[in-house]
Amino acid sequence: MSIFIDKDTKVVVQGITGSTGLFHTQQALAYGTQIVGGVTPGKGGTEIEGVPVFDTLHDAVIETGANATVIYVPPAFAADAIIEAVDEEMDLAICITEGIPVSDMMNVKRFMEGKKTRLVGPNCPGVITPEECKIGIMPGYIHKKGHVGVVSRSGTLTYEAVHQLSTNGVGQSTAVGIGGDPVNGTNFIDVLKEFNEDDDTKAVIMIGEIGGTAEEEAAEWIRDNMDKPVVGFIGGRTAPPGKRMGHAGAIISGGKGTADEKIKTLESCGVDVADTPAEIGDTLISSLKQNNLFEKCLTHDPQ
Amino acid sequence: MNIHEYQGKELLREYGVAVPNGKVAFSADEAVEAAKELGSAVSVVKAQIHAGGRGKAGGVKIAKTLDEVRTYAEELLGKTLVTHQTGPEGKEVKRLFIEEGSDIQSEYYVGLVMDRASSRVVMMASEEGGTEIEEVAEKNPEKIFREYIDPAVGMQPYQARRLAFNINIPKDLLKQAVKFMLGLYNVYMEKDCSVAEINPLVTTGDGSVMALDAKLNFDSNALYRQKDILEYRDLDEEDPKEIEASKFDLSYIALDGNIGCMVNGAGLAMSTMDIIKYYNGDPANFLDVGGGATAEKVTEAFKIILEDDQVKGIYVNIFGGIMKCDVIADGVVEATKQIGLEIPLVVRLEGTNVETGKQILEESGLNITAADSMADGAQKIVSQVQ
Repeated sequence: MSIFIDKDTKVVVQGITGSTGLFHTQQALAYGTQIVGGVTPGKGGTEIEGVPVFDTLHDAVIETGANATVIYVPPAFAADAIIEAVDEEMDLAICITEGIPVSDMMNVKRFMEGKKTRLVGPNCPGVITPEECKIGIMPGYIHKKGHVGVVSRSGTLTYEAVHQLSTNGVGQSTAVGIGGDPVNGTNFIDVLKEFNEDDDTKAVIMIGEIGGTAEEEAAEWIRDNMDKPVVGFIGGRTAPPGKRMGHAGAIISGGKGTADEKIKTLESCGVDVADTPAEIGDTLISSLKQNNLFEKCLTHDPQ
Repeated sequence: MNIHEYQGKELLREYGVAVPNGKVAFSADEAVEAAKELGSAVSVVKAQIHAGGRGKAGGVKIAKTLDEVRTYAEELLGKTLVTHQTGPEGKEVKRLFIEEGSDIQSEYYVGLVMDRASSRVVMMASEEGGTEIEEVAEKNPEKIFREYIDPAVGMQPYQARRLAFNINIPKDLLKQAVKFMLGLYNVYMEKDCSVAEINPLVTTGDGSVMALDAKLNFDSNALYRQKDILEYRDLDEEDPKEIEASKFDLSYIALDGNIGCMVNGAGLAMSTMDIIKYYNGDPANFLDVGGGATAEKVTEAFKIILEDDQVKGIYVNIFGGIMKCDVIADGVVEATKQIGLEIPLVVRLEGTNVETGKQILEESGLNITAADSMADGAQKIVSQVQ
């Protein structure tokens, strides 16, 4: 088991013929992901990497039976691509694109109200269920199949955490990058709920950063609902206020959204928080040991 | 992106939001000329810098004669203003805004921001004009009223009326207040603002509702479709290193410390600063070279760090996903070839093509300390800089 995606997930790539879309399609195919089609308006009827290309997402879904889509469309056209996916009633749309205007995403969110599609991202690395399905830009080889769920606002910081787990023999059930934008489709709580209900996930790592209050809301949800141990990390303890730290959403404004506030709330809700990003793996492992889950989660030989 | 008050007011005027008459001035002569043209009994001489708190810092002067306009203009131009938003180093005043004096009856606050929890734009209003909204939120939260705006239909007049009634704007000025708020909302949406704050909004003796100050910030992701806003960019207000970085599409923020950092990914870049601080070092910058950087981009990034006199050591921390370690290594070697390397350099490489990357660095003959992990690298650079 896993969440959101598995070996049966059939994926369409929106923007498959662009350089980013093509590169990651090749990587995903090599990983074993079922990429069943691609969409590039005007290039319908052609083929790339053995994958049929369609003019519209509608055509692609009719022909291939895809239930998920990944979006590598440039920022100016990404909102349109997401809305197309929602209109097509895809189960899952993962938007990798970074730099979408905030007002476009507000319209997308409004359009999505009451609709079926789960949107992950934008500005995210994607979702991976190790050894089954990789949708996104994460390096596949660092992931190992196992029982720890990972949810994060940051891409490279997720790789860092996953790498620490894998080298210590602890595999992952699914790793979800929810992205660094202030308006996104899936939040921490959405993912935590799924991990809580997933039999294969025994513990969760949650990686947040400065800006907004999503971590605080997640902390309270964990305290009230989560049956599994959660450890956390918050990036940006030393970030100056008022500056956008790379991610559009990573900004301390009006004294709100500081790392210290988030860490305090997480700890008061029973989440162990790693002092440094280098200790995320160790913090999780000691939590597993405390909860007698370590043996179960040790899935392979430490490297 | 930030703009100046006078530029913001220019935009507001286009959208039918009332503002006092005023003119920008770059010299004392221009200031006097502007005041003459305005012809008002009282002129306000306002320093134009990208920071709030100018009034308290002495950056806003009331002049009753043209001589006073000249005196204040000469005093302010070239002066370094230190406000709670500029940091201790302050900001030099290079532009003035000369505005006609207003007969202020009452001051209010009106602001628009995006509310992350609801993913909607919210208009906030308060009777406590002139005070910072954060302070009001802390001391008198019941005095802040909010209207959440549905993007499908935009801000509705009843929402503006409700705000106006709630903050006790005189009823005979209701129509003007509604026009003001709807105009402000239109600027915010059409120009892709991230903040639009009018503090204070004032009612005047002659019965108008006007923006006495204007703070407009813009969503940098949307600047590609806001060419006229880009024209407002004032490079004097930005750190030269940040300007240089922006030319190469690098995400760079200058800080006060002495350890230069080059990292891929925003989260890892922030955490690299954190871990340097954790081991009692002081980061000189935030720098995310991004996921798909070329060797050329890495070279430029590395040069920006090397050219910072404050920097006494450099920490390169890379977890290659899409970013390949050999590309990083090539960029580092190229940059040091171009401008030399006389300070300690610690490199931690992990991920895609890590072996090739390490080999390139080794064969370069550069004096580089290799690190096994993120923590190891941070400890090494901190000890070498001390």
